[in-house]
Amino acid sequence: MAQSSFSGSAGQYSGIGDAGHRMSRRTLLRATALGTGAVALPALLTACGSGPGGDSVTLGSNASDPVPKKAFADAFDAYEKTSKKKVKVNTVDHNSFQQNINRYLKGSPDDVFMWFAGYRMQFFAKKGLLTDISDLWPEFQGFSKALKDQSTGEDGKQYFVPYYYYPWAVFYRKSVFQQHGYEVPKTFDQYTALARRMRKDGLVPIAFGDKDGWPAMGTFDYLDMRANGYEFHLSLMRGKESWTDPRVKRVFDLWRGILPYHQQGANGRTWQEAAQSLARKQAGMTVLGLPHPGQQFTAADRADLDFFPFPEIDSRYGQEAVEAPVDGFLLAKKAKNKKGAKDLLKYLATPDAEERYLKSDPNNVAVNDRASTASYNALQKKAADLVSGARQISQFMDRDTRPDFAQTVMIPSIQRFINDPDDIDGLLKSIESQKKTLFAAE
Amino acid sequence: MPSAIPRRARRRGPRRFTRRDLLVTGVLLGLPILLDLAVIWGPTLASVGLSFTSWDGIGDIEWVGGRNYHDLFTDYPPFWPAARNNLLWLAFLGLIATPFGLLLAVLLDRGVRFSRFYQSTLYMPVVLSLAIVGFIAQLILSRDQGALNAVLARDNPVDWLGDPDLNIWMILLAAGWRHTGYVMILYLAGLKSVDPSLKEAAAIDGAGARQTFFRVVLPTLRPVNVIVGVITVIEALRAFDIVYAVNQGRNGLELLSVLVTDNIIGEAARIGFGSAIAVVLLVVSLGFIVAYLVQEMRQGKVPGGDRETRRGKVPGKAQEKGEEERR
Repeated sequence: MAQSSFSGSAGQYSGIGDAGHRMSRRTLLRATALGTGAVALPALLTACGSGPGGDSVTLGSNASDPVPKKAFADAFDAYEKTSKKKVKVNTVDHNSFQQNINRYLKGSPDDVFMWFAGYRMQFFAKKGLLTDISDLWPEFQGFSKALKDQSTGEDGKQYFVPYYYYPWAVFYRKSVFQQHGYEVPKTFDQYTALARRMRKDGLVPIAFGDKDGWPAMGTFDYLDMRANGYEFHLSLMRGKESWTDPRVKRVFDLWRGILPYHQQGANGRTWQEAAQSLARKQAGMTVLGLPHPGQQFTAADRADLDFFPFPEIDSRYGQEAVEAPVDGFLLAKKAKNKKGAKDLLKYLATPDAEERYLKSDPNNVAVNDRASTASYNALQKKAADLVSGARQISQFMDRDTRPDFAQTVMIPSIQRFINDPDDIDGLLKSIESQKKTLFAAE
Repeated sequence: MPSAIPRRARRRGPRRFTRRDLLVTGVLLGLPILLDLAVIWGPTLASVGLSFTSWDGIGDIEWVGGRNYHDLFTDYPPFWPAARNNLLWLAFLGLIATPFGLLLAVLLDRGVRFSRFYQSTLYMPVVLSLAIVGFIAQLILSRDQGALNAVLARDNPVDWLGDPDLNIWMILLAAGWRHTGYVMILYLAGLKSVDPSLKEAAAIDGAGARQTFFRVVLPTLRPVNVIVGVITVIEALRAFDIVYAVNQGRNGLELLSVLVTDNIIGEAARIGFGSAIAVVLLVVSLGFIVAYLVQEMRQGKVPGGDRETRRGKVPGKAQEKGEEERR
């Protein structure tokens, strides 16, 4: 108080300028305080934002691309209309959703969220972050045993509602095969011979791009499953087999044998660019998933796209295993509206829900046997036949093994193999010792 | 009563601050300090602590001692390439891009024709983020669809970004393109403030152009040199976005910052292991920070001499002095 009266008299002496100066300092302080508040406020608001949703179910979606986003919206709309309940969809960018999944599930997840089948789901089930839905499964109809296995955790309980899948296969252009009189290879020897012929005809036999690190995993998975069988492949993925095993070495040896027929410089090429060289008839074949090559074709050319299952290496295993990643839905442990969420999951397991989705997104295939295939295009029909005839369904390397192993060990290792295919022993030794460290943590 | 006033004045004299002032200062200083502790020191120490544990972000945190470091040095193939690449970045930016930026600044300062045009052209990349520079590099250098290979039109196209022996140099070139412009503009500003009479004096004393530059001009640019040095080190150690944009920092483009991200962010969630890499990066950075601080403090201790040269550099004062002498 004394201070302010003193300065008041000083102000009288020195004029308005000084008082004005003082004022400006105070306003500055006040503005600073306000500014700090303004920074902190939104954070507080968002913290308060997520209250319980009443009768509505929240759903975390990673379908950020326009085509799947609309297709999912169609399916949820249909549910809202029949059930008179609300589905609140929170869509997050596909990659961010995956990268933040740990924090998402530990924090305040949506009731239901989109995820992948297989180990990648079991991992979270084991950590106790999912609610088991074994009570719903007996009511589900139209799912094969292979699908049920993929939806089951290591504790034998079901956690997952499968929705659609897309098989991996060897894609080619029908017109190119007709023009040169190529035949679809059944065995690996025929495959290699075909590749040799293609090269003679001036084509790049196998379009190949692995800049993103994951596309080449598809080739490895198929080579391993064809040469050593699904059981071995799965236990290798689960860390139960040694990577220095001669059977694994053989897989890389086989791969090295056909690597010269792959497009060179794969580590600098995206899979999109690889698929484009197939679309432009520069390349003869490519190993990719069903949704991938079609996106790079013009609408007119799309009917020309076809595929054949990855050729047989060992007659004991034939072509019985198919790599077909399944996408679907999970119920979070921390879900606020579990009753509503289970009701939604029940609907999502019906053929109707899948048909509505696939009407808008023809790049996938329904998992439910009873879903109508009337609206399928030729490629989808063929894909549906391929997976329904499969004895075993694998997911994909990054879904069948620990995410850290796939991401920090296998991606660099496969890229190293592509750069230097001759040092297989050194490579496998390095993979094995890293694998031991990672899997020891379990 | 008469004695009360002087006593009060005496008491207030040395104190000078009221309770309110103290409160305001306390809040204004305290908040940043708290923020500094919470945002800088807290996470730093937490990282160091976590680097001795194994944690997947969900389960329990388990103490593993130095195992992460042991694995990192002996059993993690990308680590040594990443460390080497970080040093390569430092060497390239420090020994090639920065001197080149200085050269450009000197040339522009001499007044070549169209200097404004060159100046803006060379400075333009600085407004781009390194991620954008990465995308531009891909447009030019992509093996199949890049502009450069289209121009070269060779039968066996060079895989500029996919060949692990080659791509690091391409990326350094792209990063250097941006860095050079940045350094140039800093030196240009510095050179403009160098007192011309210094150069005149040097010329009168019979110094050649080279001697004038290295013995007279460059030493007066010391503050700019320090800033440029700091920026160069920071750019080299924090490099991340450009390689991540090009190929997620793999296959020859590994960097410590990328490995930290790969292990901590994402589904991998090897938080303890990633923290160990982050600590290595911290130690490397600390080396440079300590060296810088030691130098700065030593400089601060030297009384008189240095300060005078600094003052002499201020053009206004120098001119005044000159005018006084003329009078």
